Amino acid sequence: MDKINKIATELLATGKVQIIIGYAEGSKGRIRPFFARNEKECEKLIFDERCVQNLAVYLYKEETSRRGQQAIVANISTLRGIIRLTTEKQIKEDDLIAIIASDKEQPFEAHTFEDIENYLSNQTFQLNESDKTLLEQLNAMTPSERRTFWQNEMENCIRCYACRQACPLCYCSQCVVEVNQPQWIPATANRTGNTEWHIMRAMHLAGRCVECGQCGKVCPENIPIHLLPIRLAEEMKILYGSTTGISKDENCEMSTYKHEDTENFIG
Amino acid sequence: MKNNNFEPKIVAFVCNWCTYAGADLTGTSRIKYSSNVEIIRFPCTGRIDFMLLLKAFSNGADGIIVSGCHPNDCHYTSGNLHARRRWIIFRTLLDFIGINIHRITFTWVSAAEGAKWAEVVNQTTNKIKELGPYEL
Repeated sequence: MDKINKIATELLATGKVQIIIGYAEGSKGRIRPFFARNEKECEKLIFDERCVQNLAVYLYKEETSRRGQQAIVANISTLRGIIRLTTEKQIKEDDLIAIIASDKEQPFEAHTFEDIENYLSNQTFQLNESDKTLLEQLNAMTPSERRTFWQNEMENCIRCYACRQACPLCYCSQCVVEVNQPQWIPATANRTGNTEWHIMRAMHLAGRCVECGQCGKVCPENIPIHLLPIRLAEEMKILYGSTTGISKDENCEMSTYKHEDTENFIG
Repeated sequence: MKNNNFEPKIVAFVCNWCTYAGADLTGTSRIKYSSNVEIIRFPCTGRIDFMLLLKAFSNGADGIIVSGCHPNDCHYTSGNLHARRRWIIFRTLLDFIGINIHRITFTWVSAAEGAKWAEVVNQTTNKIKELGPYEL
Protein backbone atom coordinates (compact mmCIF):
# COMPACT_ATOMS: atom_id res chain seq x y z
CA MET A 1 0.00 0.00 0.00
CA ASP A 2 1.81 3.06 -1.28
CA LYS A 3 -0.83 5.34 0.12
CA ILE A 4 0.36 4.71 3.68
CA ASN A 5 3.90 5.76 2.79
CA LYS A 6 2.56 8.88 1.09
CA ILE A 7 0.48 9.92 4.09
CA ALA A 8 3.34 9.14 6.44
CA THR A 9 5.95 11.03 4.41
CA GLU A 10 3.70 14.05 4.19
CA LEU A 11 3.01 14.06 7.93
CA LEU A 12 6.71 13.94 8.74
CA ALA A 13 7.71 16.42 6.02
CA THR A 14 5.24 19.05 7.15
CA GLY A 15 6.43 18.60 10.72
CA LYS A 16 2.94 17.69 11.96
CA VAL A 17 4.34 14.63 13.65
CA GLN A 18 7.80 13.53 14.71
CA ILE A 19 7.31 9.79 14.81
CA ILE A 20 5.07 7.32 13.03
CA ILE A 21 4.28 3.98 14.63
CA GLY A 22 3.52 1.37 12.03
CA TYR A 23 4.32 -2.03 10.57
CA ALA A 24 7.28 -3.14 8.49
CA GLU A 25 8.54 -6.33 6.95
CA GLY A 26 10.41 -8.40 9.53
CA SER A 27 12.46 -11.55 9.18
CA LYS A 28 11.10 -14.83 7.76
CA GLY A 29 8.00 -13.24 6.29
CA ARG A 30 6.87 -11.92 9.62
CA ILE A 31 5.71 -8.45 10.43
CA ARG A 32 7.39 -6.24 12.98
CA PRO A 33 6.38 -2.97 14.59
CA PHE A 34 8.26 -0.11 13.02
CA PHE A 35 8.93 3.45 14.11
CA ALA A 36 9.52 5.90 11.29
CA ARG A 37 11.32 9.06 12.33
CA ASN A 38 12.24 10.54 8.96
CA GLU A 39 10.95 10.53 5.43
CA LYS A 40 13.39 7.88 4.30
CA GLU A 41 12.21 5.43 6.93
CA CYS A 42 8.64 5.92 5.77
CA GLU A 43 9.40 3.81 2.70
CA LYS A 44 9.50 0.74 4.91
CA LEU A 45 5.99 1.17 6.25
CA ILE A 46 3.51 -1.40 4.99
CA PHE A 47 0.03 -2.60 5.72
CA ASP A 48 -1.54 -5.90 4.70
CA GLU A 49 -3.62 -8.69 6.22
CA ARG A 50 -0.69 -9.86 8.34
CA CYS A 51 -0.62 -6.59 10.27
CA VAL A 52 -2.80 -7.62 13.19
CA GLN A 53 -0.65 -6.51 16.11
CA ASN A 54 -2.22 -3.97 18.44
CA LEU A 55 0.14 -1.00 18.17
CA ALA A 56 -1.68 1.07 20.78
CA VAL A 57 0.70 -0.50 23.28
CA TYR A 58 3.51 1.81 22.07
CA LEU A 59 1.59 5.05 22.41
CA TYR A 60 2.30 5.67 26.06
CA LYS A 61 5.81 4.26 26.09
CA GLU A 62 8.43 6.81 27.03
CA GLU A 63 10.65 5.83 24.07
CA THR A 64 8.07 6.92 21.53
CA SER A 65 6.16 9.64 23.33
CA ARG A 66 9.24 11.67 24.17
CA ARG A 67 9.94 12.17 20.47
CA GLY A 68 7.01 14.52 20.16
CA GLN A 69 3.77 14.35 18.25
CA GLN A 70 2.90 10.79 17.21
CA ALA A 71 1.00 9.27 14.34
CA ILE A 72 -0.02 5.63 14.32
CA VAL A 73 -1.01 3.17 11.62
CA ALA A 74 -4.13 1.72 13.15
CA ASN A 75 -6.20 -1.34 12.45
CA ILE A 76 -9.50 -1.85 14.23
CA SER A 77 -8.06 -3.36 17.41
CA THR A 78 -5.47 -0.58 17.66
CA LEU A 79 -8.24 1.99 17.29
CA ARG A 80 -10.22 0.36 20.08
CA GLY A 81 -7.09 0.37 22.18
CA ILE A 82 -6.63 4.08 21.52
CA ILE A 83 -10.22 4.87 22.53
CA ARG A 84 -9.97 2.79 25.68
CA LEU A 85 -6.65 4.39 26.66
CA THR A 86 -8.26 7.81 26.23
CA THR A 87 -11.18 6.77 28.42
CA GLU A 88 -8.69 5.75 31.07
CA LYS A 89 -6.80 9.02 30.60
CA GLN A 90 -3.59 7.34 29.54
CA ILE A 91 -3.24 9.31 26.34
CA LYS A 92 -4.43 12.84 25.73
CA GLU A 93 -7.43 13.34 23.59
CA ASP A 94 -6.69 14.51 20.05
CA ASP A 95 -2.99 14.27 20.79
CA LEU A 96 -2.26 11.87 17.98
CA ILE A 97 -3.05 11.29 14.36
CA ALA A 98 -4.37 7.88 13.46
CA ILE A 99 -3.82 6.56 9.96
CA ILE A 100 -6.75 4.19 9.75
CA ALA A 101 -5.85 1.17 7.68
CA SER A 102 -7.79 -1.92 6.66
CA ASP A 103 -7.56 -4.51 3.91
CA LYS A 104 -10.78 -3.29 2.40
CA GLU A 105 -10.30 0.41 1.83
CA GLN A 106 -7.63 3.01 1.27
CA PRO A 107 -5.94 4.32 4.41
CA PHE A 108 -6.97 7.74 5.62
CA GLU A 109 -6.08 10.13 8.41
CA ALA A 110 -8.20 10.64 11.49
CA HIS A 111 -7.27 13.79 13.37
CA THR A 112 -9.91 13.78 16.08
CA PHE A 113 -11.35 11.10 18.26
CA GLU A 114 -14.74 11.76 16.79
CA ASP A 115 -13.42 10.59 13.44
CA ILE A 116 -12.23 7.36 15.08
CA GLU A 117 -15.52 6.87 16.90
CA ASN A 118 -17.45 7.44 13.70
CA TYR A 119 -15.31 4.94 11.88
CA LEU A 120 -15.71 2.34 14.64
CA SER A 121 -19.46 2.81 14.83
CA ASN A 122 -19.70 1.45 11.28
CA GLN A 123 -17.64 -1.65 12.03
CA THR A 124 -18.68 -5.03 13.32
CA PHE A 125 -16.53 -6.76 15.88
CA GLN A 126 -16.25 -10.48 15.71
CA LEU A 127 -13.99 -13.10 17.12
CA ASN A 128 -12.15 -15.14 14.56
CA GLU A 129 -13.56 -18.56 13.78
CA SER A 130 -11.12 -20.70 15.77
CA ASP A 131 -11.51 -18.60 18.92
CA LYS A 132 -15.26 -18.67 18.56
CA THR A 133 -15.32 -22.45 18.26
CA LEU A 134 -12.98 -22.97 21.19
CA LEU A 135 -14.97 -20.56 23.38
CA GLU A 136 -18.18 -22.37 22.51
CA GLN A 137 -16.58 -25.72 23.24
CA LEU A 138 -15.33 -24.51 26.60
CA ASN A 139 -18.68 -23.01 27.52
CA ALA A 140 -20.35 -26.32 26.74
CA MET A 141 -17.98 -28.33 28.96
CA THR A 142 -18.65 -29.23 32.57
CA PRO A 143 -16.59 -27.33 35.16
CA SER A 144 -14.38 -30.35 35.81
CA GLU A 145 -13.66 -30.77 32.09
CA ARG A 146 -12.79 -27.11 31.86
CA ARG A 147 -10.56 -27.54 34.87
CA THR A 148 -8.66 -30.36 33.19
CA PHE A 149 -8.35 -28.31 30.02
CA TRP A 150 -6.97 -25.24 31.76
CA GLN A 151 -4.73 -27.22 34.10
CA ASN A 152 -3.04 -28.83 31.12
CA GLU A 153 -2.66 -25.46 29.46
CA MET A 154 -1.43 -23.66 32.56
CA GLU A 155 1.20 -26.30 33.08
CA ASN A 156 2.96 -24.98 29.97
CA CYS A 157 3.07 -21.33 30.93
CA ILE A 158 6.67 -20.19 31.33
CA ARG A 159 5.71 -16.85 32.89
CA CYS A 160 7.47 -14.78 30.26
CA TYR A 161 4.75 -12.13 30.70
CA ALA A 162 4.58 -11.59 26.95
CA CYS A 163 0.79 -11.47 27.40
CA ARG A 164 1.19 -8.52 29.71
CA GLN A 165 3.70 -6.71 27.51
CA ALA A 166 1.57 -7.10 24.39
CA CYS A 167 -1.61 -5.82 26.01
CA PRO A 168 -2.31 -2.13 25.42
CA LEU A 169 -4.24 -1.98 28.69
CA CYS A 170 -1.55 -3.48 30.93
CA TYR A 171 0.18 -0.20 31.55
CA CYS A 172 0.87 -0.21 35.31
CA SER A 173 4.39 1.00 35.90
CA GLN A 174 4.78 -1.69 38.53
CA CYS A 175 2.92 -4.94 38.12
CA VAL A 176 1.72 -6.96 41.11
CA VAL A 177 3.84 -9.92 40.03
CA GLU A 178 6.96 -7.80 40.37
CA VAL A 179 6.18 -6.93 43.96
CA ASN A 180 7.67 -9.31 46.50
CA GLN A 181 6.54 -7.72 49.74
CA PRO A 182 3.96 -9.12 49.92
CA GLN A 183 4.52 -11.79 47.32
CA TRP A 184 1.00 -12.14 45.97
CA ILE A 185 1.79 -14.70 43.33
CA PRO A 186 4.79 -17.05 43.38
CA ALA A 187 7.36 -15.91 40.83
CA THR A 188 8.36 -19.39 39.72
CA ALA A 189 6.47 -21.07 36.92
CA ASN A 190 4.28 -23.73 38.48
CA ARG A 191 0.70 -24.67 37.76
CA THR A 192 -0.84 -23.01 40.80
CA GLY A 193 1.08 -19.78 40.41
CA ASN A 194 0.46 -19.69 36.66
CA THR A 195 -3.25 -20.14 37.14
CA GLU A 196 -3.29 -17.40 39.76
CA TRP A 197 -1.40 -15.09 37.43
CA HIS A 198 -3.87 -15.63 34.60
CA ILE A 199 -6.85 -15.23 36.93
CA MET A 200 -5.37 -11.97 38.12
CA ARG A 201 -4.68 -10.72 34.62
CA ALA A 202 -8.19 -11.51 33.47
CA MET A 203 -9.74 -9.86 36.53
CA HIS A 204 -7.70 -6.71 36.02
CA LEU A 205 -8.86 -6.60 32.41
CA ALA A 206 -12.51 -7.21 33.20
CA GLY A 207 -14.60 -4.46 31.66
CA ARG A 208 -11.53 -3.00 29.98
CA CYS A 209 -10.39 -5.64 27.47
CA VAL A 210 -10.74 -4.48 23.87
CA GLU A 211 -10.76 -8.09 22.64
CA CYS A 212 -7.80 -7.78 20.30
CA GLY A 213 -6.60 -11.23 21.39
CA GLN A 214 -3.02 -10.01 21.32
CA CYS A 215 -2.12 -11.79 24.58
CA GLY A 216 -2.99 -15.15 23.06
CA LYS A 217 -1.23 -14.41 19.78
CA VAL A 218 2.08 -13.59 21.44
CA CYS A 219 2.04 -16.56 23.81
CA PRO A 220 5.12 -18.68 23.00
CA GLU A 221 3.34 -21.75 24.40
CA ASN A 222 0.17 -21.08 22.42
CA ILE A 223 -2.04 -21.06 25.49
CA PRO A 224 -5.40 -19.55 24.55
CA ILE A 225 -5.20 -17.09 27.46
CA HIS A 226 -6.96 -14.38 25.48
CA LEU A 227 -10.15 -16.36 26.01
CA LEU A 228 -10.16 -15.50 29.73
CA PRO A 229 -10.63 -11.73 29.35
CA ILE A 230 -12.77 -12.31 26.27
CA ARG A 231 -15.08 -14.61 28.23
CA LEU A 232 -15.45 -11.92 30.89
CA ALA A 233 -16.10 -9.28 28.24
CA GLU A 234 -18.80 -11.54 26.80
CA GLU A 235 -20.40 -11.94 30.23
CA MET A 236 -20.29 -8.21 30.91
CA LYS A 237 -21.90 -7.52 27.57
CA ILE A 238 -24.77 -9.80 28.59
CA LEU A 239 -25.06 -8.49 32.15
CA TYR A 240 -24.45 -4.79 31.72
CA GLY A 241 -24.59 -4.22 27.97
CA SER A 242 -21.16 -2.70 28.20
CA THR A 243 -18.85 -2.00 25.30
CA THR A 244 -15.13 -1.29 25.46
CA GLY A 245 -13.05 0.87 23.19
CA ILE A 246 -15.85 2.04 20.96
CA SER A 247 -16.79 5.35 22.51
CA LYS A 248 -14.63 7.42 24.80
CA ASP A 249 -17.58 8.21 27.07
CA GLU A 250 -18.07 4.62 28.19
CA ASN A 251 -17.23 3.89 31.82
CA CYS A 252 -15.55 0.94 33.44
CA GLU A 253 -18.24 -1.46 34.54
CA MET A 254 -16.04 -2.76 37.34
CA SER A 255 -15.79 0.62 39.05
CA THR A 256 -19.50 1.13 39.24
CA TYR A 257 -22.59 -0.77 40.37
CA LYS A 258 -26.31 -0.95 39.94
CA HIS A 259 -28.84 -1.57 42.66
CA GLU A 260 -30.46 -4.25 40.55
CA ASP A 261 -27.27 -6.30 40.04
CA THR A 262 -27.97 -10.02 40.33
CA GLU A 263 -27.91 -11.44 43.82
CA ASN A 264 -28.97 -15.00 43.19
CA PHE A 265 -25.65 -16.42 44.42
CA ILE A 266 -25.60 -14.50 47.70
CA GLY A 267 -27.12 -16.39 50.60
CA MET B 1 -10.58 -37.71 48.37
CA LYS B 2 -13.45 -38.19 50.76
CA ASN B 3 -12.24 -38.61 54.26
CA ASN B 4 -14.55 -38.76 57.22
CA ASN B 5 -11.96 -37.25 59.53
CA PHE B 6 -11.35 -34.35 57.22
CA GLU B 7 -11.63 -31.06 59.07
CA PRO B 8 -11.72 -28.26 56.53
CA LYS B 9 -10.02 -24.95 57.06
CA ILE B 10 -12.41 -22.16 56.31
CA VAL B 11 -11.41 -18.53 56.09
CA ALA B 12 -14.10 -15.91 56.56
CA PHE B 13 -13.58 -12.45 55.11
CA VAL B 14 -16.05 -10.25 56.91
CA CYS B 15 -16.77 -6.57 57.17
CA ASN B 16 -16.21 -4.75 60.42
CA TRP B 17 -19.62 -3.12 60.65
CA CYS B 18 -22.11 -5.89 60.07
CA THR B 19 -20.85 -9.44 59.90
CA TYR B 20 -18.07 -9.03 62.44
CA ALA B 21 -20.55 -7.56 64.89
CA GLY B 22 -22.98 -10.32 63.88
CA ALA B 23 -20.39 -12.97 64.67
CA ASP B 24 -19.82 -11.24 67.99
CA LEU B 25 -23.51 -11.54 68.69
CA THR B 26 -23.37 -15.25 67.90
CA GLY B 27 -20.78 -15.58 70.63
CA THR B 28 -22.52 -13.42 73.21
CA SER B 29 -25.76 -15.29 72.51
CA ARG B 30 -23.89 -18.53 73.34
CA ILE B 31 -24.80 -20.10 70.02
CA LYS B 32 -22.48 -23.00 69.22
CA TYR B 33 -21.03 -23.24 65.74
CA SER B 34 -18.33 -25.05 63.89
CA SER B 35 -14.80 -24.09 64.92
CA ASN B 36 -13.31 -24.63 61.46
CA VAL B 37 -13.69 -21.00 60.60
CA GLU B 38 -11.05 -18.32 60.98
CA ILE B 39 -12.42 -14.83 60.79
CA ILE B 40 -10.51 -11.98 59.18
CA ARG B 41 -11.94 -8.53 59.76
CA PHE B 42 -12.00 -5.95 57.01
CA PRO B 43 -13.15 -2.34 57.04
CA CYS B 44 -15.71 -3.13 54.33
CA THR B 45 -16.52 -5.85 51.80
CA GLY B 46 -15.38 -3.34 49.19
CA ARG B 47 -11.86 -3.86 50.54
CA ILE B 48 -11.89 -7.60 49.92
CA ASP B 49 -9.71 -7.97 46.86
CA PHE B 50 -10.01 -11.19 44.88
CA MET B 51 -6.26 -11.58 45.35
CA LEU B 52 -6.87 -12.14 49.05
CA LEU B 53 -9.21 -15.01 48.22
CA LEU B 54 -6.59 -16.55 45.94
CA LYS B 55 -4.00 -16.08 48.65
CA ALA B 56 -6.22 -17.83 51.19
CA PHE B 57 -6.60 -20.81 48.87
CA SER B 58 -2.89 -21.02 48.12
CA ASN B 59 -2.13 -20.85 51.85
CA GLY B 60 -4.24 -23.87 52.61
CA ALA B 61 -7.84 -22.78 52.92
CA ASP B 62 -10.39 -25.34 51.73
CA GLY B 63 -13.31 -22.98 51.72
CA ILE B 64 -13.99 -19.28 51.98
CA ILE B 65 -16.85 -17.23 53.36
CA VAL B 66 -17.23 -13.65 52.21
CA SER B 67 -19.78 -11.70 54.13
CA GLY B 68 -20.78 -8.11 54.74
CA CYS B 69 -23.66 -5.71 55.22
CA HIS B 70 -26.91 -6.16 53.37
CA PRO B 71 -27.40 -3.83 50.37
CA ASN B 72 -28.19 -0.26 51.50
CA ASP B 73 -26.73 -0.98 54.95
CA CYS B 74 -23.11 -0.34 54.04
CA HIS B 75 -21.28 1.93 56.44
CA TYR B 76 -19.62 3.52 53.42
CA THR B 77 -22.87 3.69 51.41
CA SER B 78 -21.90 1.51 48.47
CA GLY B 79 -18.85 -0.63 49.30
CA ASN B 80 -20.87 -3.83 49.36
CA LEU B 81 -22.53 -3.00 46.05
CA HIS B 82 -19.17 -2.53 44.38
CA ALA B 83 -18.04 -5.79 45.96
CA ARG B 84 -21.13 -7.61 44.72
CA ARG B 85 -20.36 -6.69 41.12
CA ARG B 86 -16.76 -7.84 41.55
CA TRP B 87 -17.94 -11.19 42.91
CA ILE B 88 -20.26 -11.73 39.97
CA ILE B 89 -17.35 -11.36 37.57
CA PHE B 90 -14.93 -13.30 39.77
CA ARG B 91 -17.35 -16.21 39.96
CA THR B 92 -17.75 -16.18 36.18
CA LEU B 93 -13.99 -16.38 35.79
CA LEU B 94 -13.53 -19.12 38.39
CA ASP B 95 -16.27 -21.12 36.75
CA PHE B 96 -14.69 -20.66 33.32
CA ILE B 97 -11.33 -21.80 34.63
CA GLY B 98 -13.03 -24.79 36.25
CA ILE B 99 -12.59 -24.01 39.95
CA ASN B 100 -15.57 -25.14 41.98
CA ILE B 101 -17.41 -21.91 42.79
CA HIS B 102 -19.24 -23.57 45.66
CA ARG B 103 -16.05 -23.36 47.68
CA ILE B 104 -16.71 -19.68 48.16
CA THR B 105 -19.85 -18.74 50.06
CA PHE B 106 -21.09 -15.22 49.54
CA THR B 107 -23.59 -13.94 52.00
CA TRP B 108 -24.93 -10.89 53.80
CA VAL B 109 -25.03 -11.10 57.59
CA SER B 110 -26.12 -8.05 59.55
CA ALA B 111 -25.08 -7.15 63.11
CA ALA B 112 -28.41 -8.52 64.34
CA GLU B 113 -28.16 -11.87 62.58
CA GLY B 114 -26.08 -13.83 65.05
CA ALA B 115 -28.09 -16.97 64.43
CA LYS B 116 -27.69 -16.64 60.66
CA TRP B 117 -23.92 -16.43 61.06
CA ALA B 118 -23.81 -19.72 62.94
CA GLU B 119 -25.98 -21.29 60.26
CA VAL B 120 -23.78 -19.96 57.44
CA VAL B 121 -20.62 -21.31 59.05
CA ASN B 122 -22.15 -24.71 59.77
CA GLN B 123 -23.58 -25.07 56.29
CA THR B 124 -20.30 -24.05 54.67
CA THR B 125 -18.32 -26.46 56.84
CA ASN B 126 -20.59 -29.34 55.87
CA LYS B 127 -20.42 -28.41 52.22
CA ILE B 128 -16.61 -28.24 52.22
CA LYS B 129 -16.41 -31.52 54.14
CA GLU B 130 -18.27 -33.11 51.27
CA LEU B 131 -16.13 -31.43 48.61
CA GLY B 132 -12.88 -32.50 50.27
CA PRO B 133 -9.57 -30.64 50.45
CA TYR B 134 -8.88 -27.91 47.96
CA GLU B 135 -6.34 -28.44 45.22
CA LEU B 136 -5.63 -26.16 42.31
